[in-house]
Amino acid sequence: MADTFTPIAPRSAPIKTEGFVPWVRANLFGDVRSSVVTVVMIGLLVYWLPVLMNWLFFKAVFAPNTDACQAARGVGACWGVITEKYRLIIFGRYPFGEQWRPELATIALVGLLVASCVRAFWKPWLLLLWAAVLALFFTLMGGGILGLEPVPTDRWGGLPLTIMLATLSIVFAFPISVLVALGRRSKLPAIKTFCVIYVELIRGVPLISVLFMASFMFPLFMPPGISIDVLVRVLVGITLFAAAYMAEIVRGGLQAIPKGQQEAADTLGLSYWQAQRKIILPQALALVVPGIMNNFISIFKDTSLVTIVSLYELTGAMGLALNSDADWRPFKIEAYLFIAAIYFAFCFAMSRYSLWIEKRLNRSTTR
Amino acid sequence: MNPRQPPPPRREWSLRSRAVRGVLYQVIALGVIGFVIWFLAHNTMENMRVRGIQSGFDFLTGPAGFDIGERLIPYESIDPYWKAFLVGVANTLRVAIIGIVLTTLLGTALGIGRFSHNAIVRGLCYGYVELFRNVPILLQLLMWYLLLTEALPDPGSPLTLGGLVFLSKGGISFPAPEWAAGHAWAVLGALAGVCAAWFYGRRAKVRFDATGDAPHKLLPQLGLVLGFAVVGWAVGGAPNEWRMPTSGEVAVTGGGEVTPEFMAVLLGLTLYTAAFVAEVVRAGIQSVPLGQVEAARALGLPRGNQMKLVILPQALRVIIPPMTNQYLNLTKNSSLAVAIGYPDVVSIANTAINQTGRAVECITIIMAVYLTTSLATSGFMNWYNKRSAIKER
Repeated sequence: MADTFTPIAPRSAPIKTEGFVPWVRANLFGDVRSSVVTVVMIGLLVYWLPVLMNWLFFKAVFAPNTDACQAARGVGACWGVITEKYRLIIFGRYPFGEQWRPELATIALVGLLVASCVRAFWKPWLLLLWAAVLALFFTLMGGGILGLEPVPTDRWGGLPLTIMLATLSIVFAFPISVLVALGRRSKLPAIKTFCVIYVELIRGVPLISVLFMASFMFPLFMPPGISIDVLVRVLVGITLFAAAYMAEIVRGGLQAIPKGQQEAADTLGLSYWQAQRKIILPQALALVVPGIMNNFISIFKDTSLVTIVSLYELTGAMGLALNSDADWRPFKIEAYLFIAAIYFAFCFAMSRYSLWIEKRLNRSTTR
Repeated sequence: MNPRQPPPPRREWSLRSRAVRGVLYQVIALGVIGFVIWFLAHNTMENMRVRGIQSGFDFLTGPAGFDIGERLIPYESIDPYWKAFLVGVANTLRVAIIGIVLTTLLGTALGIGRFSHNAIVRGLCYGYVELFRNVPILLQLLMWYLLLTEALPDPGSPLTLGGLVFLSKGGISFPAPEWAAGHAWAVLGALAGVCAAWFYGRRAKVRFDATGDAPHKLLPQLGLVLGFAVVGWAVGGAPNEWRMPTSGEVAVTGGGEVTPEFMAVLLGLTLYTAAFVAEVVRAGIQSVPLGQVEAARALGLPRGNQMKLVILPQALRVIIPPMTNQYLNLTKNSSLAVAIGYPDVVSIANTAINQTGRAVECITIIMAVYLTTSLATSGFMNWYNKRSAIKER
C-alpha cells in the first residue's frame, strides 16, 4: 500500500498581461463602447487616410507650375508654390543676392539657442558666446562694415526676424522680470505698488495693443528730432510684454523657496542682495526654467502679431509673397501649411525640451 | 548680579539703518519713475504741438463716418464715434463669451479624453493638443478665414440643410424668430425660471443634508426654466413669425446671419484655446490622489460616476485658477480679429486712429476695455474659486 505521489493537474497559466495582443485587448477592445469606437475610428482612417495621403504626397504637384497645380486642385496639394516662393517666405524682402547672410545669421542664432539648452554649457563663457553670436547676427543682417552691403532694417524679414524678435525679447526681459518679481515681494510699499501695477496692467491688455503703442505712440514719446527704428520700438514693446509674464513665473519660483532659506541667509549676516544672489535666486531660477521655456514658446508664437504693425516676419512675409501674385494666390493654403509646419517644428521641439528639463530638474525630489 | 538690560534700539539717522535705506530707495525709485513719466508726457505734448495733432476725447461725439458690417446694437455711419466703439465692444464680448462656453466644453472633453481606456481616443486627444497649441493663433485665424471664404461654394449656390440653413462663402443663414413683444416676455419668463430653479436647488440641498437622499436636480431645473419661458411667451401673445432665409440668384437673403469673419474668429479662438484648456483639465485630474480613484472603485461606482462624483469635483479646485487665465487669454486673443476684418473693438479703434490720428486716446480706450474685462473676469472667477475651495474647519 505504498502511496504513490500523484500530482494534481497544474493550474493553467495566468492570462498574459504584457505584449502586443493583451495591449490591444485592453486598450482597443476593453469593453463594448471602446470596441465600437475603435471600429468606427479604424473605418474612418481607412476611408480618409488615402485621400489625405494623395492630397499631401502622391497627387501633389511639387514643380512650380501653375497649370499643373490648377489641374490638381482638390485632389492634390500644390507644393510648387513653396518651391517657387520659399526664399521670399523665409527671408522676406531681404535683397535676393545677399540672402546667404540671414541664412548664416539664423543658423548661428539657432545653434546658439540649441547650445544654451545643454546643461553642461551653463557656464560663464556662455554669456560671452551670446554676445559674440549676437554681434555676428547683427553684423551679418545689417552689414555696412567688412565690405558687406548695408541692408536697412525695413528690408529684414521672414524666419530670421521671427527668431531674432523672440530671442532678444526673452533675453532682455529676463533681468527685468527678476527685478520686478523681487520688487513685487519687497517690503517697500512704493516699489511693490509700482511692480504690481506694471505686471497687472500689461497682463490685462492684449499684446496687439502694446504693439500699437510701440508703433503709433513711441514716436510721440521721443524728444522731437529723434526717431527710433520701428524694429527697435517693436522689440521694446514685446520685451516689456514678455517681462510682465515672466515676472509672474519668477515670482512663483521665489514663493516656492522655504522661508527658512531667507532666514538662514539673514542669520549669516548676508545683505539683501547677497542673500538673493547667493541663496534665493539660484534655487528659484532652477525651478522656473520650464516655465520660462513655455513663456519663450508663447512669445515665439506671438511674434507673428508684428505683421499687424507691418513688420514682415514669417507670417507677414508669406502674405507679402503671395498677396500680390495672382498666379499663386489661389494656393495660399499650402503656403499657410508650410509656415505652420515651421512654427510647429520649433514650438514642439521646445516643449519637448521643456518637459525633459523639468524631469531632470526634479530628479533630486522624485524617486 | 543684575541681568544687563538690552540696549534700547537706537533710532539714528544713518545710511546703515535698513529703514532709512528703504525710504531712500523708494524716494529714488519714485523720482526716477516720476521723471520718466514727466519726460514722456512732455515729449508727447511737444510732439503733438509741433505736428499739430489735436488731443482729447472730444472726437468721440463727432460722426464716425464709416459703416460696420456686424452689429448687435443699431448703428449707422452718421452715428458718433462712441457708438462705433460700443458696437466694437459688443462684438468683442459676443465672440469672447460664446468662445469661452464652447472652448470649455471642447477642452474638458479633450482633457478627459486623455484618460480614456481606448488608445485611439487617447492618441487623438494628445495629437489635437500638440497640433493646435504649437501653431500661432494668428496663423490659425487666417487659415480658417481663408478656408471659409475660399473652399465653400459661392453665395449663389450654397450648401443647404433642408432648405432651412444655408452655408456659403457669405456665411451661414438660418431661420430666426421675428422679434416681438412676446419674446421679451419669454426672456422675462426664463429669468423667473432661473430664480425658481435656484430655489429648487436650495431646497434639494437642504433635503439632501437632512435625509441623505438626493432628489433629481438638473432635469427639474431645466424644466422650470423652459416652462417659465414658454408661459412668458404665451402671455406675450405667442408670436410665431419666423424670418426665413431664401436662396437667390447671387446671394442668400433674409433670416438670421453669421458672417464668415465671425465664424473664423470663433472657430480659431475655440480650437486654439481648447488645446490649452485640455492641458489644464488633464493636469487637474492628474492632481487628484490615486487613492481617491481607488476608493471610488472599491465602492463599486461605475466609471462615469467615478469621474463625475469623485474626481472632477476635486480636480475643479486645481483647475479653476489656470482656467481663468485661459479665459482671459481667449478674450485678449479675440483682439486678433482685426487681422481678418471682424469689427471688434481693436478694429474699430484702428479705423478711428487712421481717420482722426488720435492714437493715444484710441489705444487708451482699447486698453481700458480689455483691462475692465480682464478684471471683471478674474473677479468673478476668484469668487467662484473661493466658493469651490475646500471648506476647512
